[in-house]
Amino acid sequence: MTPALRCVGLRMKFGDTVAVDGLDLEVERGEVFGLLGPNGAGKTTTIRMITTLLPAPPGAIQVLGRDVARQRTAVRRLIGYVPQQLSADGTLTGRENVALFARLYDVPRVGRADQVAAVLDAMDLTEVADRPSKTYSGGMVRRLELAQALVSAPQLLILDEPTVGLDPVARDGVWDKIASIRAATGMTVLVTTHAMQEADEHCERVALMHRGRIRAQGSPDELKDALGPGTTLDDVFRHHTGNALIGDNENGGMRDVRAARRTARRVG
Amino acid sequence: MSALPVAPPAASAETEPGPLALARTVASRIATTCLVELQKLRHDRTELVTRAVQPALWLLVFGQVFTRIRAIPTGSTPYLDFLAPGILAQSALFIAIFYGIQIIWERDAGVLAKLLVTPTPRIALVGAKAFAAGVRAVAQAVVVLVLALILGVHLATNPLKIIALVAALLLGSAFFCCLSITIAGLVLSRDRLMGIGQAITMPLFFASNALYPVQLMPGWLQVVNHINPLSYEVEALRGLLVGTSARLLLDFGVLLVSAIVMIVIASALLPRLARG
Repeated sequence: MTPALRCVGLRMKFGDTVAVDGLDLEVERGEVFGLLGPNGAGKTTTIRMITTLLPAPPGAIQVLGRDVARQRTAVRRLIGYVPQQLSADGTLTGRENVALFARLYDVPRVGRADQVAAVLDAMDLTEVADRPSKTYSGGMVRRLELAQALVSAPQLLILDEPTVGLDPVARDGVWDKIASIRAATGMTVLVTTHAMQEADEHCERVALMHRGRIRAQGSPDELKDALGPGTTLDDVFRHHTGNALIGDNENGGMRDVRAARRTARRVG
Repeated sequence: MSALPVAPPAASAETEPGPLALARTVASRIATTCLVELQKLRHDRTELVTRAVQPALWLLVFGQVFTRIRAIPTGSTPYLDFLAPGILAQSALFIAIFYGIQIIWERDAGVLAKLLVTPTPRIALVGAKAFAAGVRAVAQAVVVLVLALILGVHLATNPLKIIALVAALLLGSAFFCCLSITIAGLVLSRDRLMGIGQAITMPLFFASNALYPVQLMPGWLQVVNHINPLSYEVEALRGLLVGTSARLLLDFGVLLVSAIVMIVIASALLPRLARG
């Protein structure tokens, strides 16, 4: 069976800065895969190439067997995407936000309202579905965005830093929902984060990314065991990258930091 | 937890859409975005009121004063009647020209990325934005027209003329919305776009026939007026609303072609904007 995602020798340069440097990655169908690294590691650039937002050379990325460069529309129909920023429209109600994406993904008119209601219910948002989303808490907005991404029944769900700026309770709520989505649908989940503990708890396999390259990959337990007892995923990361997780943001531009701060402000 | 949809609801397109599929998608996305625009207006009507202040001042103060002093010769048409379609076009221009700022905000908030990841061609996204600007302009036009009626402007009530008026507003707004998105795609920052937006809006307005007849303009301004789509919009609106002479075929032709050209240019710049 073809993997959910295959990247081969993926590269991206912005001027003189190499954001992604020969990245090889394979995500199996049905797994929760974490792409980990500090700001500027190249995670978001990789995600933007996978999601067709940045150009990729032919043959470099395949999503469920479709070439991202040649079959963009087919790939877009297969993926659900939640960006790092809180991107729900605050003026619209939760139901209207989800219905918008149902229409944009051509969910048939017959049954569309039921499908919208089902994903809202799955995200525990039924009671607030007809309230403007600007009245939602940060965790609720994140769950609303998951509902927007799920309404088209994607086969690969891509989440870029889904818990950034959330309090611990809301963070757990988001991860619980990701787990229940996977259990209910069997869809593949690709998530980027720089929170090692969260990845350790919730991802089946992870890849540690630093300066555009994958430095190590495997299950969190495999990676920790390789370094000996009592090791955390933070230790694994430090082992492979030096102290990159702490303070090494030379590739993480102002925009990354601004985006993270803006999201944090919006979730309060 | 409710049962989540697990199968793709629509047949997955394995190849890129052909011209017919593209046209269908464009129409569908325009309808969707216009619906969303109406939903937003329904939830927050304050914008309709606040945006009505400026056209109201033009009609109430400028229009009434210049009607009294008869400084601008408009033939048998009272100056207020002459002015009302110009203010209608101006109000649509002011709404549309700031859509570029909205799209930069959408980029910064991740909304644009989310939209671009949907199976929606870029041209459909821009076309949808263009018509959404038109929907807002038409909603605003209702407010301005009611005000004009209260002030005693003699407006046409022929339903066909009203439909044509809506079409002219939609096309004019589409052009200026896409001009704004094009500038956004070039300058990439909200601050720069705000500066340029302010710098071009008033010249576009003053270099049109919105406030005075073309015959009163100096020669160089008449040349600018002829290449300014706002002038064709105003001429069409004036002909339809107050019955002055208008070259409707030419007016609608210019508005249609300029809107299509600008939609294509703005679509080409959308990926640059998303990357910026």
